[in-house]
Amino acid sequence: MIAVLMAGIAVAFFALPFFGLLWRVPWSEAWSLLTEPESLEALRLSVYCSLWATALAVVFGTPLAWVLARYGFPGRRIVRALCLLSLVLPPVVGGVALFAAFGRRGLLGDPLFDWFGVRLPFSTAGVVLAQTFVGMPFFVLTVEAALRGLDRRTEDAARTLGASPWYAFRRVTLPAIKPALFAGAVLAWARAFGEFGATITFAGNFPGRTRTLPLAVYLALESNPGQALVLSVFMIAISFAVIVGLRDRWLGGSGDGDPT
Amino acid sequence: MSLHARVVAELPDFRLDVDVDIEDGETVAVLGPNGAGKSTLVKAIAGLRPLDEGVIRVDGIVFDDPDTGVFVAPERRNIGVVFQDHRLFPQLDAVDNVAFGLRARGMSRTEARRLALAWLDRVHLGDHADQRPDTLSGGQAQRVALARALAGEPRLLLLDEPLAALDAATRAEVRRDLRTHLGGTKASALLITHDPVDAYALADRVVVIEHGLVTQSGGLSEVTTHPKSRYVADLVGTNLVPGTIDAGVLRTGNDVGIAVPADSPNGPAFASIRPGSVTLHRTEPEGSARNVWSVEVVELDVRADRIRVRLDGPIGLVAELTPSGHEALALRPGDRVWASVKASEVGISEDFSR
Repeated sequence: MIAVLMAGIAVAFFALPFFGLLWRVPWSEAWSLLTEPESLEALRLSVYCSLWATALAVVFGTPLAWVLARYGFPGRRIVRALCLLSLVLPPVVGGVALFAAFGRRGLLGDPLFDWFGVRLPFSTAGVVLAQTFVGMPFFVLTVEAALRGLDRRTEDAARTLGASPWYAFRRVTLPAIKPALFAGAVLAWARAFGEFGATITFAGNFPGRTRTLPLAVYLALESNPGQALVLSVFMIAISFAVIVGLRDRWLGGSGDGDPT
Repeated sequence: MSLHARVVAELPDFRLDVDVDIEDGETVAVLGPNGAGKSTLVKAIAGLRPLDEGVIRVDGIVFDDPDTGVFVAPERRNIGVVFQDHRLFPQLDAVDNVAFGLRARGMSRTEARRLALAWLDRVHLGDHADQRPDTLSGGQAQRVALARALAGEPRLLLLDEPLAALDAATRAEVRRDLRTHLGGTKASALLITHDPVDAYALADRVVVIEHGLVTQSGGLSEVTTHPKSRYVADLVGTNLVPGTIDAGVLRTGNDVGIAVPADSPNGPAFASIRPGSVTLHRTEPEGSARNVWSVEVVELDVRADRIRVRLDGPIGLVAELTPSGHEALALRPGDRVWASVKASEVGISEDFSR
């Protein structure tokens, strides 16, 4: 009984801010606020950057998860902790750290500019970098757990049938961890989409270049609270739609993407 | 194809050190209790576990030799494996499971599926081609696994307890499929099992492994007559008589009737008679035993704790005596005696393979 009550309080705790938001939104001007050029600009940038960040997280995170799950090497725990550090790091600190590494005076700032002519801070690429930095650990963690839980004996069977390690990975391992790949990618995307602290610290707040939706919301809160509310609800709607939509398709037990 | 293997592997509890040789077209059964190192042997030959010492040579080609650093990856050995837990790919249907190895070796999808379908037909599962493994019964899954291993036309087939996870009726069906293929294709095979019936039905020779070492090897009758350890005596050293049961009597090929438990189902079966349940008498016994045969003592194998007597008669039998029983009977080769076995002491393994 008490447990149900506590659970009810917890649900209310999560739901109330959302309803508060809905209640405060100036619905009559919602559409015009949402379709303002600045809003659309921020939306376009957010979608663009978060998708790039997700792609990078998948491309680099999959081999990383594989190595962490399958290879025992000295210092693996340290490497693992380093890769997952940004999960628990305050995003602002992450931004400062990125600055120290890739900033103009940073560890790699000069070489990157001298050799490739690339300046990451205050650029759209910087936003992608910051979002990847905070989003990828979610992907790595999810996929690594799936790889660890996998029965490797099926891969052994594939090898005896003439499959190279790469072929076995593609046709046996990948399908088996597909739900985890999608779950991890969705989590990483959601984190990247909502990224604020590291972005504003490392990439700044330039309209059309680094001002993503969360930054636009933050800015509008001062100048145009109505717009901030509308954009917030919009972000919630997108995130909610993605999580619910993909959940049934890829993460749920009944979806056709689930091989078990 | 011939195999010469000396497999040495340091296992957590003991050291596996066995020699196994298979001649061209031969099926060798490796028998042993659980935890004897049988599965490690399979892994080593398949290339899933590098040797610690020893050598694996197939047709004179070295596949694994720690001394010279030669190690051929499993996918380059072309050694087929059927595992106890079929290990089919859950996301692929039956025909794609069978086609997997052909595709891995570069065959086109259409061609691979066409061949795979033919293999499924051969194990009588042609109409289950589009089913996923989780919708197949245990016996069907194991037959798909057999077709999958055979489809690549391996030079050597390793069968790691392929029947152990199946119920008795299914086991006999899969055994029949195995026998068809082991006999028909002249393939060389290594069969890991702990069931002497499997060895009897499928193998030309047995190798017994206990605690990492070969305790005995040779032909089945040889091992049955001269078991060198308690394990071999108990498990392998059993009289197996093939025949057909009709109304509580198993009739052998040369028309000898053996009374079996009355509730035994009709049809082809093996009667298994433990040597310990064969009683020998100097005079014709009167009593409840329904199986009584006049036999001749061929050979005595006297050990400290037990005496094995090979008998020749309507059916060949091995009897086991206690030292005191041996003393009382004072048997010598050439003696004629009476052997009796109670019907209730005859075990039955249904044999759908014939």
